[in-house]
Amino acid sequence: MSCGVVIAGAGMAGLRAAEQLRAAGWAGAITVVGAEPHPPYNRPPLSKGLLVSPDDDAGAVDRIAFRQRASTHDVDWRLGTAIETASLPDRTVWLADGTELRYDGLVAATGLRPRRLPVEGAPGRRFVLRTVDDALALRAELAPGRHVVVVGGGFIGCEVAATARTIGCRVSVIEPTSAPMSGAIGRPLAAALQRYLAARGIRFHVGETVRAIQDSGHGTASVELASGTGLDADVVVESIGSHPNVQWLDGNGLDLSDGLHCDNALRVEGRPDVVAVGDVARFPNPRFDDVPRRVEHWCVPGDTAKRAAATLAGHLTGSVTDQGPFAPLPSFWSDQFDLRLQGFGAPGIADEIDVMEGDLDRIEAGVAVGYRRDGDLVAAVLLGLPANRHAHYRSLLNRLPQAA
Amino acid sequence: MQITVDRTLCQDHGQCAIAAPGVFRITDDGTLDFDAAPDDSLRDEVEEAADVCPVQAILIEDAR
Repeated sequence: MSCGVVIAGAGMAGLRAAEQLRAAGWAGAITVVGAEPHPPYNRPPLSKGLLVSPDDDAGAVDRIAFRQRASTHDVDWRLGTAIETASLPDRTVWLADGTELRYDGLVAATGLRPRRLPVEGAPGRRFVLRTVDDALALRAELAPGRHVVVVGGGFIGCEVAATARTIGCRVSVIEPTSAPMSGAIGRPLAAALQRYLAARGIRFHVGETVRAIQDSGHGTASVELASGTGLDADVVVESIGSHPNVQWLDGNGLDLSDGLHCDNALRVEGRPDVVAVGDVARFPNPRFDDVPRRVEHWCVPGDTAKRAAATLAGHLTGSVTDQGPFAPLPSFWSDQFDLRLQGFGAPGIADEIDVMEGDLDRIEAGVAVGYRRDGDLVAAVLLGLPANRHAHYRSLLNRLPQAA
Repeated sequence: MQITVDRTLCQDHGQCAIAAPGVFRITDDGTLDFDAAPDDSLRDEVEEAADVCPVQAILIEDAR
C-alpha cells in the first residue's frame, strides 16, 4: 500500500514541505521520516540564545520547536529513524529499522551534516553544531574562563565564538582564509567584522589550519596549527562546513556530487515524482543565471517548499498550473554580540564590492555593502542598520534583470 | 483573525513587514508595529509573515 507522499527529513524543510503540500491541494497521506528524535525546530538559536538559555534540556528543546498548523494535524511523523536506502524506480524507501514505505511522491529534505576535521584525537573535547542535541552538549561545556577553540570562522563559527565570549570563555578562532566569513561576504567587510570581534576579545588565527589535535592528559585538548602554534582547549568546536545528506539515494543513477541536482521547479533530475527542499536542493535561480546551486540559508526551506510542493501536488493530482520561473531573493542574517548582519542576494557570485553607505572602520554606526557582477547589483549586506532601512536595498536588488 | 507577537522573542528582523506590508510595519525607530486584527482576506500573507519570522514570534490565534 502506498503512503501517498513520503517526506525524507523532519527538519524545517520537511515541516514546510508538509504544510505547503496541503496548501497546494494535496489531501492524501503524508508521512515524514526524520533521523532526529525531536519534532521540527528552529536552528538559528542553537549558536546563540540556546547556548545561554537557563532552561533545562527539555525546556530548551520546547522553546525552539516550530508551532504546527492545523492543516498538518494528520501527518504521520516517524521520528528517530532515518531513511537508509531508496529505490526511485520502485517508488520505495527503507528505514533504518527495516520498515518499507511505498510512495506516490517523494520529497527529499534531508538537510546537512557537519564536516569533521580529518584528524584524530581528543574525541571527548570536540563538538559540532547542527542539531539541538549537539547544542545542548556544547552548552554543558561553556563556562567562564574555559578556553574554546573554534575551528572555522564562518557565520556559525563566529556566532558561537561571540556567544562563548559573552559567557566569559576565552575564545580563539582558527580561519584558513585571510579573514572570517570572507567566503560568504568578501574580504573588505570580513576584515571589518574581524576587527569588531577582536575588539570584544576574540583571538583570531587567520590563514591557519589545524594539523593535529591531541589529548593533553588532563581533560583538555592540545590543538596544533599548521604554523606550529599550539593552543590548549577545554572545548574544540568544529564549524568547517557541511555535507548534504544524500547517501540514502545512492544507487539510483543520480548526480549526488553536491546535494540533489534539480530543475527550476525543484524536480530531481527530471523525475516527476521526486522533489527536493532546503539545503540539499541544487537548483538554478534565474534571478542570477542558469547555474544550479545549493543555498544554505534559513529562508531556503520555506521558499523551496512552496515551489516543490506545487510541483509535486500538480503531478500527483493532475492539476498542473503554470507557476512562472522560481526566482527567490535569498535573505540571510547573523547576530554577533550586539551587531546584526542582514544580507540579501548572492554575494558569492560578485566580482566587485563597494561600500554604499557608512564607513567600514565604524560598522556599528551602520554600513551597507554592495556586491556587483558585470556591474549589476547581485547582493547587499547591511550591518547595524535598523530593519526600516532594509526595504531600500531590497528594492535595488529587485531591479535586477531576470534571465528567464 | 487575531495576531499576537511575542515581544520577548521579537528582534525587529522586519521579515514580516516584507511578507505582509499591509499588516506589519517597521517604524522610523526600527521597531515593529502591526494590526492585531487584520481582515481575513489577508490570511495568506499573514501566514507567510509568521513562517518567515526568524524567531517565530508571530502567533495567528485562529489558524486553520
